[in-house]
Amino acid sequence: MKTAVIVFPGSNCDRDIAVALEHVTGVKPTMIWHGETVLPDGIGLIALPGGFSYGDYLRCGAIAARSPIIAAIVAAADGGLPVLGICNGFQVLTEIGLLPGALMRNEGLDFVCRDVALTVENAQSAFTSRYAADERVSFPVAHHDGNYVADSDTLDRLEGDGRVAFRYAERVNGSARQIAGVLNPAGNVLGMMPHPERKIEAAHGGTDGRRLFEGLLETVGA
Amino acid sequence: MQRRRTIGIAATDAQQDVPAMKLSIFVTLKPGVLDPQGKAIHKALDGLGFSGVNDVRAGKLIELDVADDTSDAAIDEMCRKLLANTVIENYRIVRA
Repeated sequence: MKTAVIVFPGSNCDRDIAVALEHVTGVKPTMIWHGETVLPDGIGLIALPGGFSYGDYLRCGAIAARSPIIAAIVAAADGGLPVLGICNGFQVLTEIGLLPGALMRNEGLDFVCRDVALTVENAQSAFTSRYAADERVSFPVAHHDGNYVADSDTLDRLEGDGRVAFRYAERVNGSARQIAGVLNPAGNVLGMMPHPERKIEAAHGGTDGRRLFEGLLETVGA
Repeated sequence: MQRRRTIGIAATDAQQDVPAMKLSIFVTLKPGVLDPQGKAIHKALDGLGFSGVNDVRAGKLIELDVADDTSDAAIDEMCRKLLANTVIENYRIVRA
């Protein structure tokens, strides 16, 4: 499966996700600078990496979400192509409006950087098919603004439609209903604060993240 | 209503004088959205011994210097498209 990783000024997990994708797919991802306007043909996934695009100026992800490449990402997402936003990538997806809600400063104001326990809430999406429903997994988080906020109608809708992909199994950042990752209505866009790409091989201290990419590969096809 | 002003770039460059308008955009969190920074400031004020502080909300002020003929609709669009995230924030436009 061919993949594309979008690189913004201030992205710093672009290499991590590229290594993870290459490990699992066997194909080196195409790195796409945010100033581009077209995506490569034949890709099975667009990944928006973690980092601090534009130094988190204005709001996390706000300026990156107005980059030239965004129109192509929105068109691809509308066409059903899987899009994965991790950490800053999740913030960018909410700022674009591909996902509802917003990510605010963590409650307690601390930068949280550690492994956290998560529950897989929806094990049927293209991203989570290799997990069991309610399975407990451990991914690292490293963020200052991961406090998920949405109005209660939106939260009810997300939960009712099975669009909460991952939930924190412990108090991490104050997120509404402990939400760690959400899907769009069609299920082809996932945004999450934890970093599955940092739990790929035994040397990472665990391989829970690997199955997210393996599941994608299986669902989307080689 | 709006006070107009001309920015003098340089006396020798007078033809480039652009009639300008100064705007203050106040971006504030919507009521009901938890404000961790406001809470921390509140706690610090309490810690300094100031009594009677009921609540603190932190927001931001963005100052714009725009061409005089910028329409209200365009200014509003700037706020909605970038300056504020209307999922969590309100904005108020004040002409200087």
